[in-house]
Amino acid sequence: MKSFIANKFILAGIAISLLIAGFLSFYASSHPDGLEKVAETKGFLETAKEPINSGSPLADYGISGVDNERLSVGASGIIGVLATLLVAGLIFRLLAKKSK
Amino acid sequence: MRIPLLHIPDGFINLPVSMIFIALSSLGVLACLKGARAQLDDKTAPLAGLVTVFIFAVQMMNFPVAAGTSGHLLGGVLAAVLVGPYAATLSITIVLILQALLFADGGLTAVGLNLFNLSLLGVWGGYLVFLFARRFLPKKKSSIPVASLIAAFIQVPLAALGFVFQYAIGAESTIPVATVATAMISTHILIGIGEALITAFTVSAVLASRSDLVFGWRQIAPDLKIGSKS
Repeated sequence: MKSFIANKFILAGIAISLLIAGFLSFYASSHPDGLEKVAETKGFLETAKEPINSGSPLADYGISGVDNERLSVGASGIIGVLATLLVAGLIFRLLAKKSK
Repeated sequence: MRIPLLHIPDGFINLPVSMIFIALSSLGVLACLKGARAQLDDKTAPLAGLVTVFIFAVQMMNFPVAAGTSGHLLGGVLAAVLVGPYAATLSITIVLILQALLFADGGLTAVGLNLFNLSLLGVWGGYLVFLFARRFLPKKKSSIPVASLIAAFIQVPLAALGFVFQYAIGAESTIPVATVATAMISTHILIGIGEALITAFTVSAVLASRSDLVFGWRQIAPDLKIGSKS
């Protein structure tokens, strides 16, 4: 199959995703999202448990130990994009091959 | 500044109900694995990979919706229109599992709950709305973003309803379901506006450059040449 890299459209899309996750994400709203806000105002947020893997080096979209917020969020976003690319690329490539 | 957590954490919903949803969602995702295998080919598989990556990235971009509240893309309709509902379920599933494992976002025991709402209910419910809307619009390329807009908007309160249902049968809290339902639906109608705009904009952009790849358009496109430019 044609490589992911050989396709200009796909490459441009990956570049845009890297830009969003690695740079623009710093400017995202840091307010709680719909679910968390409802949980907070209606009073069931306290039933949430700390994630078992909250000590993960990338927990909460940051790199543990990196104090610069812009760097921490951006790097975690880039790692996330690359990890997603690897996993999704592999899975969809395998599925497409089997379809023949 | 921090990226707010995006998905259901452990503890909101009790363990038995969470486990039931892990089983239900696993069955759903497995079925979609089969469906995606039948639908994907060498030409569309790279787009499915890209859509997954793009949704991960855009989910980090929380947008403000009301006082002290943000929303973020769910992406189910976006993925379903671009690569078909089977591959879309797999895309959202990959994103949710990576977010839970790597970023501790969305509880590990809650993964079935999140998968059910976003990668099954959001994708398939939204896709049905898309099909319905497309039927009533002219068979033109420009109708695809419009149908996507409507479907993406409805998808968000629909996914919120999924949580309300899970809360109704398995809440650890004693706050009444009706209170939670009203707040969830009203907040997520606002978030749906952002979802609709991002989805319609992205679908338009892909249609403008590679309409031959867009699943929701290919199905009804009158004169699509096989093996066009790449």
